[in-house]
Amino acid sequence: MTFFAKTLGTVAALALSAGAALADPALIYDLGGKFDKSFNEAAFNGAEKFVADTGGSYRDIEIQSEAQREQALRRFAENGFNPIVTTGFAIASIMGEVAKDYPDTKFVNVDGWLPEVPENVLLINFQEHQGSYLVGMMAAMASESGKVGFIGGMDIPLIRHFGCGYAQGAKAVNPDIEIIANMTGTTPTAWNDPVKGSELANAQISQGADVIYAAAGGTGVGVLQTAADEGILSIGVDSNQNHLHPGKVLTSMLKRVDVAVYEAMKAGEGLETGKFMTLGLAEDGVGYALDDNNAPLVSDDMKMAVDAARQQIIDGGLNVVAYYDNDSCPVLDF
Amino acid sequence: MNRMPAWADAVLVPLFSILLAALISALVILAIGEDPVEAFSLMVDGALMRSSGWGYTLYYATNFIFTGLCVAVAFHARMFNIGGEGQAMIGGLGVALACLYIPWPHWTIALIGATFSAALFGAAWAFIPAYLQAKRGSHIVITTIMFNFIASAVLNYMLVNVLRPPRAMDPATGPFPEATHLPTFQDMFATADNPLFRGSPANVTFFIAVLACIGFWFLIWRTRLGYEIRAFGHSETAAKYAGISPVRIIVVAMLISGGLAGLMALNTTMGEAERLVMNATEGAGFIGIAVALMGRSHPLGVFLAALLFGFLYQGGAELALWTSIPRELITVIQALVIMFTGALDNMVRMPLEKLFLLFGRGKRT
Repeated sequence: MTFFAKTLGTVAALALSAGAALADPALIYDLGGKFDKSFNEAAFNGAEKFVADTGGSYRDIEIQSEAQREQALRRFAENGFNPIVTTGFAIASIMGEVAKDYPDTKFVNVDGWLPEVPENVLLINFQEHQGSYLVGMMAAMASESGKVGFIGGMDIPLIRHFGCGYAQGAKAVNPDIEIIANMTGTTPTAWNDPVKGSELANAQISQGADVIYAAAGGTGVGVLQTAADEGILSIGVDSNQNHLHPGKVLTSMLKRVDVAVYEAMKAGEGLETGKFMTLGLAEDGVGYALDDNNAPLVSDDMKMAVDAARQQIIDGGLNVVAYYDNDSCPVLDF
Repeated sequence: MNRMPAWADAVLVPLFSILLAALISALVILAIGEDPVEAFSLMVDGALMRSSGWGYTLYYATNFIFTGLCVAVAFHARMFNIGGEGQAMIGGLGVALACLYIPWPHWTIALIGATFSAALFGAAWAFIPAYLQAKRGSHIVITTIMFNFIASAVLNYMLVNVLRPPRAMDPATGPFPEATHLPTFQDMFATADNPLFRGSPANVTFFIAVLACIGFWFLIWRTRLGYEIRAFGHSETAAKYAGISPVRIIVVAMLISGGLAGLMALNTTMGEAERLVMNATEGAGFIGIAVALMGRSHPLGVFLAALLFGFLYQGGAELALWTSIPRELITVIQALVIMFTGALDNMVRMPLEKLFLLFGRGKRT
């Protein structure tokens, strides 16, 4: 193994030096696909911004199977791409392994977690529960029925993390509020099932929910559509989705994956690695979207309350409990 | 039967089907403004011209051999098991539990243990639909496909709530212990001056798949049980008249089928990922249907068809890496091959039969 690692290292170094002059970054999307109007698309937008601003170029791949994660990482690394940016937690552990074989290549992952971070790996995490807390507050303030909804994608800890922050925010405004939470499914197709999203939204509406937060990737498109059709409010996620149904989307919980990808690509080989980077409210890594499309929906009171809470969270006066801390949520059962 | 020689039925029909599929794929690629010749050479180059490409092709092929045999054995008993996907998921759970909770001293013993565990779990998952079919007449197609969803939910529950290491976000188990890691082709065949199969996931499970093919042939054509399965498949009433119990054949055939599907998890879970991930099966259970159809439910045919689909998967990955052909189109190409070889069989067969009839008559006069 050691010999093999050495040979690999040499080969990688050769490949690198051969292509050093044109070390383009590479981007590997998670299984949801490039155009999910949400998480992966935010990464794509960041990469496109990099092209527009610097005139550089990049190569990307939408993987189709689990085994392709390692394959894509190795093929990009062997061909001198640097840094290699990946989205989604699922690729993190294999990236940690592959990174050791290509010490001169920088690897970046958005959302992932590793027990030990190799020297050439940067893991970018977002404090989604903080952003979700803020939109939860707004949902509770906008709700007239005293019931708000949450529709998650695949039932995994990350999505419970979103839901938990949202529930805490809503409860902070109105302790009696009822939160109706549903997950779309238990398979990766739950990330891209707008029809099911629409059905779940209808079910929640019939139970009385009048604001629904969708943290479900492409599935959320169906949730937002149904909410707009039925005349209730919805909340988008990851990218700014306010424009999808102007005047019907209360706000969007922004997760600035685009900024993370853009900065990583721009830094190029000079990227600082070997650590976790956590982007929260303080770094504007997460937040809520306010633009012309939703300005009439967000009252001054609402904005003041949310901005005050935001400041409190940044100052440390308000602690939003993360689902990860003890794998449970204090105010919501899943 | 006698209209066309057996070799033409086994070789010419699939060959023409693939050629037709390739032709239409080429047109599709042309239509989006890419060069089909370049795309094809990329696929061949990436999948067959490098040893690491072969490593991926054989890795995918291993999955498809298992799921193809799974469907094929059920076909012989005239049952349509479309639950290979779910049976493989539960088989994966069996592999994970065996690898994580039993302290194996060496990978060889771990492999034997995990093989039994995978087959047992897969077979157990197939048992319920089999029992319902045999005793209650619930249609196997409906129950097996429903069981895919239940399997997925069970696996998700186990991964999220039971097996996931604390703080990890990924719904997956922790890595399996070192002693259960299977040797890859790279470990087995690479030498210092000749780094074969570098970084590719093909592993020792491939040989288990080959053994399964041989065992399958032996079972179906050389044992009493195999004869009973085939007899039942040809005519249930005749089989009953001959004293073959339909309940027994349905249950046994489905148990073998589920066990074979479960074995697929050895390759993805123990061989490649070395941990159990949510998405370990990746639709191989469904590809198995196409593989069994194309392979005429014969182990040699299943083996060759699995190789073809392995090539398509690996070639498709190369296309995704180095061209701007969108991945949806790569799926379209794969689907075209499935459609032509599986569903449109007669479209190729009938003209060919006519040709042979014409040709044969010409010779006689």
